[in-house]
Amino acid sequence: MQKALVLDAGKCTGCKQCELACSFEHEGIFNVSRSRIRVFIFEHEARFVPYTCTQCDQAWCMQVCPVGAITSDAATGVKSVNAATCVGCKVCTIACPFGTINYNAITGKVEKCDLCGGDPACARECPTGAITFIDSNLAGYEKMQDWAHKTDTAPQAAS
Amino acid sequence: MRHVIIGTGPAGVNAAETLRKLDANAKITLIGGEREAPYSRMAIPYVLSGAISEAGTRLRQEPGYFDRARINVISGPVARVDTQHKAVELVGGNIVEYDRLLIAAGASPIKPHVPGLDLPGVHHCWSLADMRAIEDLAGKGDNVVLMGAGFIGSIILESLKSRGVNLTVVEVEDRMVPRMLDETAGALLKSWCESKGVSVRTGTRIEKVKSGTAEGLRVHLSDGAALDARLLVVAAGVKPNTEFLIGSGVETDRGIRVDARQQTSVPDIFAAGDIVRSRDFSTGRAAVMAIQPVAVDHARIAAVNMTGGAASYQGALAMNVLDTMGLISTSFGLCDGPANAQSAIALDAGAYKYMRLEFDGNVLTGAQSLGLPEHIGVLRGFIQSRLDLGGWKERLAENPLRLAEAYVGIMNGV
Repeated sequence: MQKALVLDAGKCTGCKQCELACSFEHEGIFNVSRSRIRVFIFEHEARFVPYTCTQCDQAWCMQVCPVGAITSDAATGVKSVNAATCVGCKVCTIACPFGTINYNAITGKVEKCDLCGGDPACARECPTGAITFIDSNLAGYEKMQDWAHKTDTAPQAAS
Repeated sequence: MRHVIIGTGPAGVNAAETLRKLDANAKITLIGGEREAPYSRMAIPYVLSGAISEAGTRLRQEPGYFDRARINVISGPVARVDTQHKAVELVGGNIVEYDRLLIAAGASPIKPHVPGLDLPGVHHCWSLADMRAIEDLAGKGDNVVLMGAGFIGSIILESLKSRGVNLTVVEVEDRMVPRMLDETAGALLKSWCESKGVSVRTGTRIEKVKSGTAEGLRVHLSDGAALDARLLVVAAGVKPNTEFLIGSGVETDRGIRVDARQQTSVPDIFAAGDIVRSRDFSTGRAAVMAIQPVAVDHARIAAVNMTGGAASYQGALAMNVLDTMGLISTSFGLCDGPANAQSAIALDAGAYKYMRLEFDGNVLTGAQSLGLPEHIGVLRGFIQSRLDLGGWKERLAENPLRLAEAYVGIMNGV
């Protein structure tokens, strides 16, 4: 069964523990600027919105990679970057319409959410249940899916 | 069904894979123009800079990948296409028959009419063969001249500089990457290059190249200067490889003309990638858009239609990203905007940061950035979905740096 991250902005308090957890999991340091999940803070509206890759089916990042460095796991649907193959060309960073794959100048490679191999640190550390990792059929990504379809240049080809 | 694909670049390989996915029984033949395994030209600069080995340029690096996918890869090049008999004739005389043909033969570098460009020591940086020649001539401390600071030239600039050469770039236009960056961003990029020790001569033409100097070449410029160099790299643009189609009946007009299904003027013949003149998403006019994302879109749409499906293209969106010695620049859609467009600009010249957005009413139509690469893909999403920015339009007009925030805000009803 595929599982997905569910980001419930209504429960987010903007504590950024997810960012710290992500940074520590992937980089071994507590540095929110190195996190692959980002909490957007809308001060005037008092809203906090956690945001990261949804492992979308269209996988623009994977489709455009000129060297095949991004692959999709058939069992989990996770799109992950093979750092040894990535040349750092950054074409995926402009092709992803969500802006959720980014270049790391320190490593010279791109990076994105990889669901921590099946136990996402952000969900584990979220104190309010704003980030959960559950059966993707229940995840309700309608908004992002709508967006995805609007942006898709080849919806038929993607199926 | 026999599917034949001319070209083993990203368009050809992606089309072959999509065909295989859609038709398990199809016979698929990929014909390469060079005697190389399928590879990515985009990866070549990263071999020159030492980031990857030559094997890292291969498209699909697992051994036996094409055999397992039952994709037959053969070497051309193709001499001509006989549309009457549905056959491709290779140089040397071999014939490959097809039921459906995809032409993804790509483009070739343009050699301007400048005396001396046939001399030893003058190379394009387009093929693996070019790359190997450049590796031999671009060692630490060697004097190298680069002709052209367009998009491809600027990528080569980065890799040459990383080899430790003494580099001079000569660009005939008034700024670097003029089709991607405006005057402000182009000027910033030039000053950045100069601060990193690259000499950039914009508004300057290479008039002639002579041999017989100690280093090999002497490059004469329109301003009267002459530069001695071991290597001259020519990056003066590319042109679609349509010569072999003359007389075939496949209509070309500085590129193969296709409909929205990627079909050419000849039934059962499709085209994809840098050889195609297709609809520009932003202008609605036919244009050659020689970029990786467009090649992949073309390939997938063509493959769907070649297998009896129905897919059509909404148009090619221009988008580019460059890394110039650590300064990342991007551009999307209409960088200069339509006549009625409204621009919003954020500039910190000292920090080499720039963001310019183009609006048409409440819709983003184009953008360019310098030094601000984070979450930059949302620009593509905004432009290609023609999303109504609503109240975020004014906030973005006031501060273009709130892009990612705008996207997340709109999607969450903020």
